[in-house]
Amino acid sequence: MPSSRGGKVIHTKASRFLPHPAESDSARLSELVSHLSKNRTQLREEWLRRITGAELLQAMTKEELFAEATSVYDSYVEALSTGTLEALQAYARNLSERIIPRGVETNEVVGIVLLLRDVLARSLFAKYQEDFPILNKVLDAYEPAANRIAITVAVGFVQERERVIREQQEAIRELSTPVLQVRNRLLILPMIGLIDPARARQLTEQLLRGIRTTRAKVVVIDITGVAAMDANVANHLVLTVESARLLGATVIVTGLSPEIAQTLVNIGVDLGKMHTVGDLQGGIEEAERLLGYKVIPNRESDGE
Amino acid sequence: MEVPILKQGLHLIATVQSALSDADLLQLRDALVESVGRMRARGVIVDVTALDVMDSFATRILRDIAYMVRLRGAETVIVGIQPEVAFAMAQFGLRLEGITSSLDLEEGLAYLDEKTRRRPNP
Repeated sequence: MPSSRGGKVIHTKASRFLPHPAESDSARLSELVSHLSKNRTQLREEWLRRITGAELLQAMTKEELFAEATSVYDSYVEALSTGTLEALQAYARNLSERIIPRGVETNEVVGIVLLLRDVLARSLFAKYQEDFPILNKVLDAYEPAANRIAITVAVGFVQERERVIREQQEAIRELSTPVLQVRNRLLILPMIGLIDPARARQLTEQLLRGIRTTRAKVVVIDITGVAAMDANVANHLVLTVESARLLGATVIVTGLSPEIAQTLVNIGVDLGKMHTVGDLQGGIEEAERLLGYKVIPNRESDGE
Repeated sequence: MEVPILKQGLHLIATVQSALSDADLLQLRDALVESVGRMRARGVIVDVTALDVMDSFATRILRDIAYMVRLRGAETVIVGIQPEVAFAMAQFGLRLEGITSSLDLEEGLAYLDEKTRRRPNP
Protein backbone atom coordinates (compact mmCIF):
# COMPACT_ATOMS: atom_id res chain seq x y z
CA MET A 1 0.00 0.00 0.00
CA PRO A 2 2.62 2.58 0.88
CA SER A 3 4.41 1.86 -2.36
CA SER A 4 1.34 2.60 -4.47
CA ARG A 5 0.86 5.90 -2.67
CA GLY A 6 4.55 6.66 -3.10
CA GLY A 7 4.25 5.77 -6.77
CA LYS A 8 1.67 8.48 -7.34
CA VAL A 9 3.88 11.06 -5.72
CA ILE A 10 6.68 10.36 -8.20
CA HIS A 11 4.52 11.47 -11.06
CA THR A 12 3.05 14.60 -9.50
CA LYS A 13 5.86 16.17 -7.53
CA ALA A 14 9.18 14.40 -8.08
CA SER A 15 9.48 15.24 -11.75
CA ARG A 16 9.81 18.92 -10.94
CA PHE A 17 12.68 18.32 -8.58
CA LEU A 18 15.01 16.65 -11.07
CA PRO A 19 16.73 19.33 -13.10
CA HIS A 20 20.20 17.78 -12.58
CA PRO A 21 19.56 14.16 -11.76
CA ALA A 22 23.20 13.13 -11.47
CA GLU A 23 24.09 15.89 -9.06
CA SER A 24 21.07 15.42 -6.79
CA ASP A 25 21.56 11.63 -6.91
CA SER A 26 25.08 11.89 -5.59
CA ALA A 27 23.92 14.27 -2.88
CA ARG A 28 21.22 11.80 -1.84
CA LEU A 29 23.73 8.99 -1.94
CA SER A 30 26.11 10.75 0.45
CA GLU A 31 23.18 11.54 2.72
CA LEU A 32 22.28 7.87 2.54
CA VAL A 33 25.84 6.78 3.32
CA SER A 34 26.06 9.01 6.37
CA HIS A 35 22.72 7.62 7.56
CA LEU A 36 24.02 4.04 7.15
CA SER A 37 27.32 4.83 8.89
CA LYS A 38 25.56 6.49 11.80
CA ASN A 39 23.21 3.57 12.38
CA ARG A 40 25.83 0.95 11.64
CA THR A 41 25.56 -1.02 14.89
CA GLN A 42 21.81 -1.07 15.01
CA LEU A 43 21.31 -1.96 11.33
CA ARG A 44 23.94 -4.65 11.49
CA GLU A 45 22.23 -6.20 14.52
CA GLU A 46 18.91 -6.10 12.73
CA TRP A 47 20.43 -7.73 9.68
CA LEU A 48 22.08 -10.48 11.74
CA ARG A 49 18.78 -11.14 13.49
CA ARG A 50 17.09 -11.52 10.11
CA ILE A 51 19.82 -13.88 8.84
CA THR A 52 19.44 -16.10 11.90
CA GLY A 53 15.66 -15.91 11.58
CA ALA A 54 15.81 -17.06 7.97
CA GLU A 55 18.17 -19.91 9.00
CA LEU A 56 20.79 -18.86 6.47
CA LEU A 57 24.53 -19.62 6.70
CA GLN A 58 24.06 -22.19 9.45
CA ALA A 59 27.38 -23.72 8.49
CA MET A 60 29.06 -20.78 10.28
CA THR A 61 29.35 -20.07 13.99
CA LYS A 62 27.78 -16.97 15.55
CA GLU A 63 31.15 -15.24 15.90
CA GLU A 64 32.15 -15.95 12.33
CA LEU A 65 28.79 -14.75 11.11
CA PHE A 66 29.19 -11.53 13.10
CA ALA A 67 32.67 -10.91 11.70
CA GLU A 68 31.61 -11.61 8.12
CA ALA A 69 28.45 -9.56 8.48
CA THR A 70 30.46 -6.60 9.73
CA SER A 71 32.86 -6.82 6.78
CA VAL A 72 30.02 -7.23 4.30
CA TYR A 73 28.16 -4.29 5.82
CA ASP A 74 31.22 -2.03 5.67
CA SER A 75 32.10 -3.07 2.12
CA TYR A 76 28.48 -2.51 1.18
CA VAL A 77 28.44 1.01 2.55
CA GLU A 78 31.82 1.68 1.02
CA ALA A 79 30.60 0.52 -2.38
CA LEU A 80 27.61 2.86 -2.03
CA SER A 81 29.77 5.82 -1.05
CA THR A 82 32.57 5.39 -3.59
CA GLY A 83 30.42 4.03 -6.39
CA THR A 84 33.12 1.48 -7.24
CA LEU A 85 32.55 -2.23 -6.91
CA GLU A 86 36.14 -3.51 -7.07
CA ALA A 87 36.70 -3.78 -3.32
CA LEU A 88 33.35 -5.47 -2.77
CA GLN A 89 33.97 -7.77 -5.72
CA ALA A 90 37.32 -8.84 -4.31
CA TYR A 91 35.77 -9.36 -0.89
CA ALA A 92 32.91 -11.40 -2.37
CA ARG A 93 35.36 -13.62 -4.20
CA ASN A 94 37.46 -14.06 -1.10
CA LEU A 95 34.37 -14.84 1.01
CA SER A 96 33.14 -17.37 -1.56
CA GLU A 97 36.52 -19.08 -1.59
CA ARG A 98 36.28 -19.52 2.18
CA ILE A 99 32.67 -20.64 2.48
CA ILE A 100 32.15 -22.82 -0.60
CA PRO A 101 34.14 -25.74 0.87
CA ARG A 102 31.83 -25.55 3.90
CA GLY A 103 28.79 -26.31 1.80
CA VAL A 104 27.25 -22.85 1.62
CA GLU A 105 24.66 -22.69 -1.14
CA THR A 106 24.11 -19.96 -3.71
CA ASN A 107 20.66 -19.15 -2.33
CA GLU A 108 22.17 -18.44 1.09
CA VAL A 109 24.68 -15.95 -0.22
CA VAL A 110 22.14 -14.22 -2.44
CA GLY A 111 19.69 -14.42 0.45
CA ILE A 112 21.87 -12.54 2.95
CA VAL A 113 22.71 -9.80 0.45
CA LEU A 114 19.03 -9.34 -0.37
CA LEU A 115 18.24 -9.32 3.35
CA LEU A 116 20.74 -6.53 3.91
CA ARG A 117 19.24 -4.64 1.01
CA ASP A 118 15.82 -5.08 2.59
CA VAL A 119 16.97 -4.06 6.08
CA LEU A 120 18.58 -0.89 4.75
CA ALA A 121 15.58 -0.04 2.59
CA ARG A 122 13.27 -0.40 5.60
CA SER A 123 15.42 1.90 7.67
CA LEU A 124 15.17 4.43 4.84
CA PHE A 125 11.37 4.06 4.84
CA ALA A 126 11.36 4.64 8.58
CA LYS A 127 13.59 7.69 8.34
CA TYR A 128 11.79 9.43 5.49
CA GLN A 129 8.24 8.28 6.09
CA GLU A 130 7.10 11.85 6.60
CA ASP A 131 8.43 13.03 3.29
CA PHE A 132 7.63 10.91 0.28
CA PRO A 133 9.34 13.06 -2.39
CA ILE A 134 12.62 12.84 -0.52
CA LEU A 135 12.14 9.12 0.10
CA ASN A 136 11.60 8.66 -3.59
CA LYS A 137 14.76 10.48 -4.47
CA VAL A 138 16.78 8.58 -1.90
CA LEU A 139 15.42 5.32 -3.26
CA ASP A 140 16.22 6.45 -6.81
CA ALA A 141 19.83 6.67 -5.73
CA TYR A 142 19.78 3.64 -3.47
CA GLU A 143 17.96 1.03 -5.55
CA PRO A 144 20.26 0.88 -8.62
CA ALA A 145 23.35 0.84 -6.44
CA ALA A 146 21.94 -1.86 -4.17
CA ASN A 147 20.91 -3.93 -7.18
CA ARG A 148 24.37 -3.67 -8.68
CA ILE A 149 25.91 -4.72 -5.40
CA ALA A 150 23.59 -7.73 -5.06
CA ILE A 151 24.35 -8.79 -8.61
CA THR A 152 28.09 -8.35 -8.06
CA VAL A 153 28.12 -10.54 -4.96
CA ALA A 154 25.92 -13.22 -6.52
CA VAL A 155 27.94 -13.33 -9.72
CA GLY A 156 31.17 -13.44 -7.73
CA PHE A 157 29.91 -16.38 -5.74
CA VAL A 158 28.66 -18.27 -8.80
CA GLN A 159 31.90 -17.64 -10.68
CA GLU A 160 33.94 -18.92 -7.78
CA ARG A 161 31.73 -21.98 -7.61
CA GLU A 162 32.10 -22.62 -11.30
CA ARG A 163 35.85 -22.31 -10.97
CA VAL A 164 35.82 -24.96 -8.24
CA ILE A 165 33.62 -27.22 -10.37
CA ARG A 166 35.91 -26.79 -13.37
CA GLU A 167 38.92 -27.71 -11.28
CA GLN A 168 37.18 -30.80 -9.95
CA GLN A 169 36.12 -31.86 -13.42
CA GLU A 170 39.71 -31.63 -14.54
CA ALA A 171 40.82 -33.73 -11.57
CA ILE A 172 38.17 -36.37 -12.26
CA ARG A 173 39.14 -36.43 -15.90
CA GLU A 174 42.73 -37.18 -15.02
CA LEU A 175 41.89 -39.74 -12.38
CA SER A 176 39.38 -41.77 -14.27
CA THR A 177 41.31 -42.83 -17.34
CA PRO A 178 43.88 -45.39 -16.29
CA VAL A 179 45.44 -47.75 -18.79
CA LEU A 180 46.29 -50.90 -16.86
CA GLN A 181 48.59 -53.73 -17.75
CA VAL A 182 47.25 -57.03 -16.40
CA ARG A 183 49.58 -59.42 -18.14
CA ASN A 184 52.57 -59.13 -20.35
CA ARG A 185 51.28 -57.50 -23.55
CA LEU A 186 47.69 -57.24 -22.32
CA LEU A 187 46.19 -53.86 -21.45
CA ILE A 188 42.85 -53.03 -19.89
CA LEU A 189 41.16 -49.68 -20.33
CA PRO A 190 38.14 -49.38 -18.04
CA MET A 191 35.95 -46.49 -19.13
CA ILE A 192 33.73 -45.10 -16.40
CA GLY A 193 31.24 -42.27 -16.30
CA LEU A 194 30.31 -39.70 -18.84
CA ILE A 195 32.45 -39.69 -21.96
CA ASP A 196 32.49 -36.36 -23.75
CA PRO A 197 34.46 -35.74 -26.94
CA ALA A 198 37.36 -34.17 -25.03
CA ARG A 199 37.66 -37.15 -22.69
CA ALA A 200 37.30 -39.58 -25.57
CA ARG A 201 40.17 -37.88 -27.34
CA GLN A 202 42.30 -38.04 -24.22
CA LEU A 203 41.48 -41.73 -23.71
CA THR A 204 42.52 -42.54 -27.26
CA GLU A 205 45.78 -40.69 -26.85
CA GLN A 206 46.56 -42.47 -23.60
CA LEU A 207 45.67 -45.86 -25.01
CA LEU A 208 47.76 -45.50 -28.16
CA ARG A 209 50.69 -44.25 -26.14
CA GLY A 210 50.19 -47.13 -23.70
CA ILE A 211 50.25 -49.64 -26.53
CA ARG A 212 53.56 -48.21 -27.69
CA THR A 213 55.26 -48.15 -24.33
CA THR A 214 54.07 -51.54 -23.07
CA ARG A 215 54.23 -53.18 -26.52
CA ALA A 216 50.73 -54.54 -25.98
CA LYS A 217 49.27 -57.01 -28.44
CA VAL A 218 45.76 -57.12 -27.03
CA VAL A 219 43.70 -54.38 -25.42
CA VAL A 220 40.41 -54.88 -23.60
CA ILE A 221 38.27 -51.74 -23.48
CA ASP A 222 35.58 -52.21 -20.86
CA ILE A 223 32.66 -49.82 -21.11
CA THR A 224 30.39 -51.41 -18.50
CA GLY A 225 30.62 -48.17 -16.52
CA VAL A 226 29.44 -46.01 -19.39
CA ALA A 227 25.67 -45.69 -19.42
CA ALA A 228 25.33 -44.06 -22.80
CA MET A 229 27.38 -42.37 -25.45
CA ASP A 230 26.32 -40.19 -28.34
CA ALA A 231 27.04 -41.01 -31.96
CA ASN A 232 30.07 -38.75 -31.96
CA VAL A 233 31.78 -40.56 -29.11
CA ALA A 234 30.72 -43.98 -30.40
CA ASN A 235 32.33 -43.09 -33.70
CA HIS A 236 35.44 -42.06 -31.83
CA LEU A 237 35.52 -45.48 -30.14
CA VAL A 238 35.44 -47.16 -33.55
CA LEU A 239 38.31 -44.92 -34.71
CA THR A 240 40.28 -45.86 -31.60
CA VAL A 241 39.84 -49.55 -32.36
CA GLU A 242 40.94 -48.89 -35.92
CA SER A 243 44.05 -46.96 -34.94
CA ALA A 244 45.06 -49.54 -32.34
CA ARG A 245 44.91 -52.11 -35.10
CA LEU A 246 47.31 -50.01 -37.17
CA LEU A 247 49.72 -50.20 -34.21
CA GLY A 248 49.44 -53.96 -34.38
CA ALA A 249 47.17 -54.43 -31.35
CA THR A 250 43.86 -56.23 -31.27
CA VAL A 251 41.09 -54.46 -29.38
CA ILE A 252 38.32 -56.31 -27.58
CA VAL A 253 35.39 -54.18 -26.43
CA THR A 254 33.40 -55.53 -23.50
CA GLY A 255 30.33 -54.58 -21.51
CA LEU A 256 28.31 -52.82 -24.17
CA SER A 257 24.98 -51.72 -22.77
CA PRO A 258 21.87 -52.10 -24.95
CA GLU A 259 21.80 -48.33 -25.47
CA ILE A 260 25.38 -48.21 -26.68
CA ALA A 261 24.83 -51.25 -28.89
CA GLN A 262 21.91 -49.37 -30.40
CA THR A 263 24.06 -46.29 -30.99
CA LEU A 264 26.78 -48.35 -32.64
CA VAL A 265 24.26 -50.05 -34.92
CA ASN A 266 22.74 -46.68 -35.79
CA ILE A 267 26.06 -45.21 -36.90
CA GLY A 268 26.59 -48.35 -38.99
CA VAL A 269 29.63 -49.88 -37.33
CA ASP A 270 31.50 -52.55 -39.28
CA LEU A 271 31.23 -55.57 -37.02
CA GLY A 272 34.00 -57.34 -38.91
CA LYS A 273 36.46 -54.86 -37.40
CA MET A 274 34.98 -54.61 -33.95
CA HIS A 275 35.71 -57.50 -31.64
CA THR A 276 33.17 -57.51 -28.81
CA VAL A 277 32.63 -59.82 -25.85
CA GLY A 278 29.79 -59.68 -23.31
CA ASP A 279 31.61 -58.85 -20.10
CA LEU A 280 35.09 -58.02 -18.83
CA GLN A 281 35.74 -61.59 -17.65
CA GLY A 282 34.91 -62.96 -21.09
CA GLY A 283 37.05 -60.25 -22.66
CA ILE A 284 40.09 -61.12 -20.55
CA GLU A 285 39.63 -64.83 -21.25
CA GLU A 286 39.44 -64.11 -24.96
CA ALA A 287 42.54 -61.91 -24.73
CA GLU A 288 44.44 -64.65 -22.91
CA ARG A 289 43.44 -67.09 -25.62
CA LEU A 290 44.72 -64.71 -28.30
CA LEU A 291 48.02 -64.32 -26.41
CA GLY A 292 48.33 -68.07 -25.89
CA TYR A 293 47.85 -68.06 -22.12
CA LYS A 294 45.98 -70.87 -20.46
CA VAL A 295 44.71 -70.52 -16.92
CA ILE A 296 44.80 -73.81 -15.03
CA PRO A 297 43.28 -74.03 -11.53
CA ASN A 298 45.73 -75.09 -8.86
CA ARG A 299 44.52 -78.51 -7.60
CA GLU A 300 45.90 -78.15 -4.10
CA SER A 301 44.12 -74.92 -3.34
CA ASP A 302 41.02 -75.91 -5.28
CA GLY A 303 39.47 -77.74 -2.34
CA GLU A 304 37.43 -80.16 -4.46
CA MET B 1 65.03 -40.33 -51.69
CA GLU B 2 65.40 -43.99 -52.47
CA VAL B 3 64.40 -46.51 -49.83
CA PRO B 4 67.02 -49.19 -49.14
CA ILE B 5 65.78 -52.78 -49.24
CA LEU B 6 67.67 -55.22 -47.02
CA LYS B 7 67.47 -58.98 -46.99
CA GLN B 8 67.13 -60.60 -43.59
CA GLY B 9 66.75 -64.37 -43.70
CA LEU B 10 63.65 -65.15 -45.71
CA HIS B 11 62.37 -61.59 -45.48
CA LEU B 12 62.93 -58.22 -47.07
CA ILE B 13 63.04 -55.09 -44.96
CA ALA B 14 62.38 -51.67 -46.44
CA THR B 15 62.99 -48.87 -43.95
CA VAL B 16 61.60 -45.50 -44.91
CA GLN B 17 64.09 -42.89 -43.73
CA SER B 18 62.30 -39.64 -44.49
CA ALA B 19 59.16 -38.23 -46.05
CA LEU B 20 58.58 -39.75 -49.48
CA SER B 21 57.38 -38.08 -52.66
CA ASP B 22 54.81 -39.84 -54.81
CA ALA B 23 57.56 -40.84 -57.26
CA ASP B 24 59.61 -42.34 -54.40
CA LEU B 25 56.62 -44.39 -53.32
CA LEU B 26 56.08 -45.75 -56.81
CA GLN B 27 59.77 -46.55 -57.04
CA LEU B 28 59.59 -48.37 -53.68
CA ARG B 29 56.60 -50.37 -54.86
CA ASP B 30 58.29 -51.46 -58.08
CA ALA B 31 61.59 -52.28 -56.35
CA LEU B 32 59.93 -54.34 -53.62
CA VAL B 33 57.66 -56.32 -55.90
CA GLU B 34 60.57 -57.03 -58.18
CA SER B 35 62.93 -58.03 -55.34
CA VAL B 36 60.42 -60.47 -53.83
CA GLY B 37 60.75 -62.68 -56.90
CA ARG B 38 64.44 -62.14 -57.44
CA MET B 39 65.43 -62.87 -53.84
CA ARG B 40 62.80 -65.56 -53.28
CA ALA B 41 61.57 -63.75 -50.17
CA ARG B 42 58.69 -65.09 -48.08
CA GLY B 43 57.92 -61.89 -46.25
CA VAL B 44 58.19 -58.13 -46.69
CA ILE B 45 58.39 -55.54 -43.93
CA VAL B 46 57.82 -51.88 -44.64
CA ASP B 47 59.02 -49.80 -41.70
CA VAL B 48 57.33 -46.39 -41.57
CA THR B 49 58.53 -45.30 -38.11
CA ALA B 50 60.09 -42.16 -39.58
CA LEU B 51 56.88 -40.99 -41.25
CA ASP B 52 54.83 -38.46 -39.34
CA VAL B 53 52.33 -37.99 -42.15
CA MET B 54 50.51 -40.65 -44.12
CA ASP B 55 48.29 -39.38 -46.93
CA SER B 56 45.78 -41.22 -49.07
CA PHE B 57 48.29 -41.82 -51.84
CA ALA B 58 50.83 -43.38 -49.48
CA THR B 59 48.11 -45.55 -47.98
CA ARG B 60 47.03 -46.70 -51.43
CA ILE B 61 50.59 -47.54 -52.46
CA LEU B 62 51.16 -49.51 -49.24
CA ARG B 63 47.98 -51.44 -49.95
CA ASP B 64 49.06 -52.03 -53.56
CA ILE B 65 52.45 -53.29 -52.35
CA ALA B 66 50.78 -55.72 -49.95
CA TYR B 67 48.40 -57.07 -52.58
CA MET B 68 51.04 -57.33 -55.30
CA VAL B 69 53.52 -59.00 -52.95
CA ARG B 70 50.85 -61.51 -51.96
CA LEU B 71 50.25 -62.31 -55.62
CA ARG B 72 53.98 -62.90 -55.91
CA GLY B 73 53.80 -65.41 -53.05
CA ALA B 74 54.90 -63.45 -49.95
CA GLU B 75 53.35 -61.69 -46.95
CA THR B 76 53.61 -57.97 -46.13
CA VAL B 77 53.66 -56.29 -42.71
CA ILE B 78 53.60 -52.54 -42.16
CA VAL B 79 55.46 -51.67 -38.96
CA GLY B 80 56.08 -48.58 -36.84
CA ILE B 81 52.99 -46.48 -37.55
CA GLN B 82 53.07 -43.66 -34.99
CA PRO B 83 50.05 -43.33 -32.67
CA GLU B 84 49.17 -39.87 -34.02
CA VAL B 85 49.51 -41.09 -37.59
CA ALA B 86 47.35 -44.12 -36.81
CA PHE B 87 44.55 -42.01 -35.38
CA ALA B 88 44.72 -39.51 -38.22
CA MET B 89 44.50 -42.38 -40.72
CA ALA B 90 41.47 -43.82 -38.94
CA GLN B 91 39.90 -40.38 -38.84
CA PHE B 92 40.32 -39.75 -42.54
CA GLY B 93 39.13 -43.23 -43.41
CA LEU B 94 42.51 -44.40 -44.74
CA ARG B 95 42.14 -48.09 -44.08
CA LEU B 96 44.76 -50.74 -44.64
CA GLU B 97 42.19 -53.43 -45.27
CA GLY B 98 43.45 -56.97 -45.14
CA ILE B 99 46.98 -55.83 -44.35
CA THR B 100 48.75 -56.72 -41.17
CA SER B 101 50.43 -53.95 -39.24
CA SER B 102 52.69 -54.42 -36.23
CA LEU B 103 54.13 -52.20 -33.56
CA ASP B 104 57.77 -52.34 -34.63
CA LEU B 105 60.36 -54.25 -36.61
CA GLU B 106 60.76 -56.97 -33.97
CA GLU B 107 57.04 -57.62 -33.89
CA GLY B 108 56.86 -57.67 -37.66
CA LEU B 109 59.66 -60.22 -37.91
CA ALA B 110 58.03 -62.39 -35.25
CA TYR B 111 54.76 -62.26 -37.16
CA LEU B 112 56.37 -63.21 -40.46
CA ASP B 113 58.36 -66.06 -38.87
CA GLU B 114 55.14 -67.41 -37.42
CA LYS B 115 53.39 -67.06 -40.75
CA THR B 116 56.12 -68.77 -42.80
CA ARG B 117 56.50 -71.56 -40.27
CA ARG B 118 52.82 -72.40 -40.67
CA ARG B 119 53.18 -72.51 -44.43
CA PRO B 120 56.34 -74.53 -45.06
CA ASN B 121 58.43 -74.11 -48.15
CA PRO B 122 57.08 -76.18 -51.02
